[in-house]
Amino acid sequence: MYIRATGNISPQKTFGHPPFLSEPVEYSGNRLACIEPDYKGLIDAKLIRRMSRIIRMGVAAAMECLQEAGVTKPDAIVTGTAYGCMEDTGLFLTRMVEFNEELLTPTAFIQSTHNTIGAQIGLLLQCNNYNNAFVHRGFSFESALLDGMMLLKEKEATNVLVGAIDEITNISHAILNRMGLYKQGQVSNGELFKTIGIGTKGTIAGEGASFFLLANEPSATDYAKLEGLKTFYKPQGIEEIEAHISSFLAAQSIGLDEIDLIITGKNGDAKSDEIFAQLQHRIFSRSNLVNYKNLCGEYPTATAFALWLAANIIKSETMPTVLEYTGPKEKPIKRILIYDHYQSVHHSLLLISAC
Amino acid sequence: MNDPVFVAGTGIISAIGNNTAECLDALENSRAGIDNMQYFDSVHRQKIPVAEVKLDNVALAKLSGLANTKSRTALLSLVAAKEAISNAGIKNIAALRTGFISANSVGGMDKTEKFFAEFLSNNQRGKLRDVVHHECGSITELVADQLGIKDYVTTISTACSSSANAIFFGARLIKNNILDVVVAGGTDALTKFTLNGFNTLMILDEQFCQPFDENRRGLNLGEGAGYIVLVSEKVAAFLSKKPTVKLSGWCNANDAYHQTASSPDGNGSFLAMSGALKKSGLLPQDIDYINLHGTGTQNNDIAEGTAIKRLFDPQYPRMSSTKAFTGHTLGASGGIEAVFSILAIQQGIIYPNLRLQTPMKELPFMPVTDFIKNTNVKHVLSNSFGFGGNCSSLIFSKL
Repeated sequence: MYIRATGNISPQKTFGHPPFLSEPVEYSGNRLACIEPDYKGLIDAKLIRRMSRIIRMGVAAAMECLQEAGVTKPDAIVTGTAYGCMEDTGLFLTRMVEFNEELLTPTAFIQSTHNTIGAQIGLLLQCNNYNNAFVHRGFSFESALLDGMMLLKEKEATNVLVGAIDEITNISHAILNRMGLYKQGQVSNGELFKTIGIGTKGTIAGEGASFFLLANEPSATDYAKLEGLKTFYKPQGIEEIEAHISSFLAAQSIGLDEIDLIITGKNGDAKSDEIFAQLQHRIFSRSNLVNYKNLCGEYPTATAFALWLAANIIKSETMPTVLEYTGPKEKPIKRILIYDHYQSVHHSLLLISAC
Repeated sequence: MNDPVFVAGTGIISAIGNNTAECLDALENSRAGIDNMQYFDSVHRQKIPVAEVKLDNVALAKLSGLANTKSRTALLSLVAAKEAISNAGIKNIAALRTGFISANSVGGMDKTEKFFAEFLSNNQRGKLRDVVHHECGSITELVADQLGIKDYVTTISTACSSSANAIFFGARLIKNNILDVVVAGGTDALTKFTLNGFNTLMILDEQFCQPFDENRRGLNLGEGAGYIVLVSEKVAAFLSKKPTVKLSGWCNANDAYHQTASSPDGNGSFLAMSGALKKSGLLPQDIDYINLHGTGTQNNDIAEGTAIKRLFDPQYPRMSSTKAFTGHTLGASGGIEAVFSILAIQQGIIYPNLRLQTPMKELPFMPVTDFIKNTNVKHVLSNSFGFGGNCSSLIFSKL
């Protein structure tokens, strides 16, 4: 199956298909926020006012993706989100506590349900087709992607819109910060893998809205071919992780030497990065690796940003400087493996190749 | 991809019983589970009746094996999932590729609410252990880990159609040869968040709900969990207790009309039901019973009823909403009602639509009002419709 179009709102300049990560944005602090676009022309102004931030971002990324694909009604809309609509959830909870369950209004509650973004996209497009929402932590995007890929394989759909959306709010950031997820003191995303990343605890918070239009049939403007996806849950040690990687590649009838680039999900947290460091000395020892979470931060559906990145590397045949790629420059990147894990619990492998 | 997917086991906990036998007994004896709040705490205690599972968290923890500090959503889930697996009688589950696909609408919200009251006064306060399982997926993982399932674990949340989607997603994982066995369904506990949310929408009935009644006033919220064990043909062949029911059809469609309201002609419901029929290769007249979504709200029942009229007129199957017994269990309802649908086939029974007094004047048909025994039920259609226009229908068939 083919990645025909993408739409991506992230802490980097990614929306509206600007030059490919040529001006990386640096942030100080442990929280990267999405750069919101001008929504005019994408969504009706009256509707925008009613939408909370995550809904706006999700709907806009989906609309950009569909416009690029030239598709008005996809055969399916499948979304993945770990946290759902946190702003509306926090708003309704706050009022509920403050007013002791009285004097509440329905808007925040209505918009807090986890399928709101997929539903709003369906509503805007007047699209009666398949609509599903996965909400499984670090597997949310991968589950949505698997659903979409199966629909194409089952011939239930010829094209599917698959996306991932997660936001950070002041409330969620404060709570996750207390849980010890993020780095403390002076931090910047530009330095994530350098001085501050060495042996310290915590990562930097990120967020994003990334959508993809997948199709059964190729078109002249496809980004890449989506070859395969595999997830594995709570592996016991590095040997099991390696075994999963090997069996995934064997199922695709491909060797590691045929993969031009591996994108891994280093996030600056010493414990989390240890897995990638070990693999770099083992199964990935001869591979060319780059990392991406200095660009979008860490969040449960960050793999969607990685897929956007991989698709763009293949389509544009360029390697953004910010990725600090050290592999052979003359060799074109035709095949990319993404290996990521979220908090050592949710592991995923994605393989894409040039069309 | 065309191989059938069989139902090997079912498990349930709801306001009318802590297991299948208790629920069946309540259904047969028209004993609804709706009452004043006993375990759940809200300022609306005296005003809004709910359908509670009649156990506190300590008792649920004992029954499930999880700690009583965990979300009630997880406790309910584990009780029903364990019953489903034990009912299936699969001996070598660890040797098979097994998945747990669970649905819920608000994850560990019951604990988050507790945390939030303290957190709001000072954001350094509130016990983190109360918010660490806030995410929907975290509830699924608490249960999957107890069940020892790790080959594939995921969570679906599409409001009130969530667990119907979980069930057919599980079936597709088997059909795509990704898994051999799937435990699929959903869970939801009563929370202040949901109760107050529905209350602001003014669709909660302050009396006991009357689905499909001309004078219906709204829904009663409930809680519980329902799971079914789905197996491939290969696994079914090895089971000592041979499956008697298969999942023969499903469809997910979107009403695309309004974030919370259904379209007047029930377009999404019509598409879901007709799509499920098409998938199963059945005709409307093949359906012996419809387990209605039937929430008891003005809007749902007329939309669903109109869609049924469009699809089935003039030959209507028997139908009823079991929400008059269990309340609307939201993310769990598709799982609970799938269990009722399967039991209807296995036991040859049809459930009454309790408290139905005046048939809706717009509809030329009327749900069943008595418990029917010793009747042949071959094909059952189960409807689950939710916010966001999400409409899903499942069809279970006798083998």
